[in-house]
Amino acid sequence: MNPAHPPEALIQLTGVSKIYGTGQAAMHALKGVDLTVAKGEFVAVMGPSGSGKSTCMNIIGCLDTPTRGSYRFNGIDVGNLSRDQRAILRRRCLGFVFQGFNLLNRTSALENVELPLIYRGVPLRQRRRQAAAAMAAVGLAGWEHHTPGELSGGQQQRVAMARAIVTTPEVLLADEPTGNLDSERSLEVMRLLTDFNQRQGLTIVMVTHEPDMAAFAGRQIHFKDGAIEAIRTE
Amino acid sequence: MWWETFMLALRAIRRNALRSSLTVLGIVIGVAAVITMVTLGGGATAKVTEDIGKLGSNMLQLRPGQGFHGPGGARASAEPFEVTDAEALAREIANLEAVAPTASRSMQVIRGNENRSSTVTGTTDGFVLVRDWDLSTGRIFNPGELRSGKAVCVIGATVREALFGGLDPVGETVRLDRISFKVIGVLAAKGQTSFGTDQDDLVLVPLRTFQRRIAGNTDVQVIYVSARDGAATDRVKIEMERLMRERRRIAPGAEDDFFVRDMQEIVSTVTSTTRVLTTLLGAVAAVSLLVGGIGIMNIMLVSVTERTREIGTRMAIGAMERDVMRQFLVESVALAGFGGICGILLGLTAAAVGARLMGVPFVFNPGIVCLAVVFSAAVGIVFGYFPARKAARLDPIEALRHE
Ligand SMILES: Nc1ncnc2c1ncn2[C@@H]1O[C@H](COP(=O)(O)OP(=O)(O)O)[C@@H](O)[C@H]1O
Ligand SMILES: [Mg+2]
Repeated sequence: MNPAHPPEALIQLTGVSKIYGTGQAAMHALKGVDLTVAKGEFVAVMGPSGSGKSTCMNIIGCLDTPTRGSYRFNGIDVGNLSRDQRAILRRRCLGFVFQGFNLLNRTSALENVELPLIYRGVPLRQRRRQAAAAMAAVGLAGWEHHTPGELSGGQQQRVAMARAIVTTPEVLLADEPTGNLDSERSLEVMRLLTDFNQRQGLTIVMVTHEPDMAAFAGRQIHFKDGAIEAIRTE
Repeated sequence: MWWETFMLALRAIRRNALRSSLTVLGIVIGVAAVITMVTLGGGATAKVTEDIGKLGSNMLQLRPGQGFHGPGGARASAEPFEVTDAEALAREIANLEAVAPTASRSMQVIRGNENRSSTVTGTTDGFVLVRDWDLSTGRIFNPGELRSGKAVCVIGATVREALFGGLDPVGETVRLDRISFKVIGVLAAKGQTSFGTDQDDLVLVPLRTFQRRIAGNTDVQVIYVSARDGAATDRVKIEMERLMRERRRIAPGAEDDFFVRDMQEIVSTVTSTTRVLTTLLGAVAAVSLLVGGIGIMNIMLVSVTERTREIGTRMAIGAMERDVMRQFLVESVALAGFGGICGILLGLTAAAVGARLMGVPFVFNPGIVCLAVVFSAAVGIVFGYFPARKAARLDPIEALRHE
C-alpha cells in the first residue's frame, strides 16, 4: 500500500560499510548500513560511543565515502564524486553543526556566519545582509560584532547554527550539537532545530546521546557496533 | 574572493605580529642589502663620472713608474721627466689640445699670521687648459713669467678662503718658504673628488720658478695632456707610449718605465668595482632570501598545523582544495611581500644616509625596487607552495578531529 505522495528520498544509504585501516588493524566502523531519510524529516541518531554514529554522519555529509555499498544524495551517487565535487556538494546542499562549535577565533560572529557565503562567491553587501538575517533567526541580533571568545557556549552554538543555515541548505547535519551545553542551553538549541524543521522544512540529521534531545526528532535510529539496531518512530 | 583571501592573510599576519616580523627578517636584510648597494653604487658611479667630466674626460696623465698594471718594484725608482719631454709631446703628437708638465710638493703657504699646508705645483699655462679650469679672478702666467721664472702664483679657492677670507687676493703676496710670490689669479672652485681630496687646495707657480727656487732640480713629475675633442684618447695614448719609449731609450721587449693613464680607464675601474661589489652583495642577498624563504616555509607549516581544525571546518563548509591552497599561498606571499617592502624602505633609508656620508648623490633606481618586490613575492610563492599544498591535501575528517 503506497501513500498518496510518497516522501522523496533525499538521503539513501544502501549496504554501506566503512573500514578504517587494512589487514590485522582493519577497523569495521560501519557494517552494512541501510538508511533512507526523506525530505523534511528530523532524524536522531543514537547509540553508545564508538558505535559508528559519527562515521555515518561523515558519509552522509560527503566528508567521507563508503568502503562498500552506495550512498545517494538527492539521486547523486556520492561514491563516484571527486574530493572537489564533494566540496561543491557540501557548499550547495549541506550545513554542519559540530559538538565543539568550530568557530574561527578572533573573528566576529558575523564574519563566521559569512564564511560559507564567501565560498559561494556572494558579494559583500548581500553577504552581510544574509548573515545578519541568519544571526537574527537564531536570536542573536545585536551580537554580530562579538568574537566567539566573548560569547557563552550556547550563543556560540547558535552562531554555528546560523553559519549552517545561512546558505539555506537542504540538510542540516548536527553531530552531538548539545554535547558541550547544559540542559537549558541544550533545549534552546533543540527548539531552534525544531523550528527550522517545522517552519522551513529543513531536513535534519542529528547525533545525540541524550534521549531528551532525541525526543524532539520524528525518528530515532539506534546504532550498535557499526550497524542499525533499531528504528523508532514517534 | 581574492580580496577576502588577502584581508584574511593580513589578519593572520597581524595576529602573530612578532612571529611574522622575525620570520621575514631574512628577506628584509637581503632586500635591504641589495637596495642599499645598488643605490650607493649608482650614486658613486654618477659622482665619479661627474668628477671625470670636471677633470676633463679627454685628459691623459703621463707618469714615471708602472702604475697599477705592472708588477712594480722592478723599476720603482724610474727616471723623472724633463721639460723637453713635454715639448716633444706637444711637437710630435697629433691631436693634442694642450700639454702641462708639472712638479709638486706640499708646503706651508703663509700670509701674515695665516698659514696653510697646501700642494704647490709648478706648471705652465697649459695646466688650466688641460684641466679645463676657469679662473674666478685674475689671469694665468704669461710667457714672459714662464720663461724667466717670476715669483708669481695662482691660488686655489680653498687657499684663497683660508688666507684671504673675503678679500681680493690679486696683487697681494704670499710666502712659500722664505720666498714671496705675487698672486696674479684665483682658480674657480671644483670641490672634492670622489676619493675625498680637495681639488681646490693648491697653489700654481711657473714651472721654471718651482724648479729653480723650490725644488732645486729640473725634474718634471707628471705631464698632463688633453686630446682634442673628438680625438680617440686610446690612439693618443699609444702614440705617447711610442714616443716616450724612444726618448727614454727603452730596448725593444723591455717594459715601459712610465705609464699613461687614461680617464676613461678610471671610470671603467670604478664601474667594474661597483659591479663586483654588487655581484657579491647579490650573492649575500640570495643566501638571505633563501634563509628567509625557509623561515617562511617553517612558519607556514606551523601555521597549517595550528589551524588544522580551521582548515577542516572550512572544508566541511565547502572549501575546495584550491580555496585552501590559495588561502595559504596568499598568506605566505603577503608575508614575504611585507618583508620585501620593509627591506626596500630600510635599504633606501640606509642608502640615503650612506650617500650623505660618502658625499655621493642619492640615485633612486626604480628597476631594482621592482625587482625586489618581484623577488620577494616569488620567495613567498616558492616556499609557501609546500605548506599550502599540505593544507589543501588534508583529509577533512582528520582535520576536524584534530586536537
Ligand atoms: N579515522 C579513523 N581511523 C580509524 N578508526 C576510526 C576512525 N574514525 C573512527 N574510527 C573508529 O571507528 C569506530 C566508530 O567511530 P565513530 O563513528 O566516531 O563512533 P561514535 O561517533 O558513534 O562514537 C570507533 O571505534 C573509532 O575508533
Ligand atoms: Mg561521535
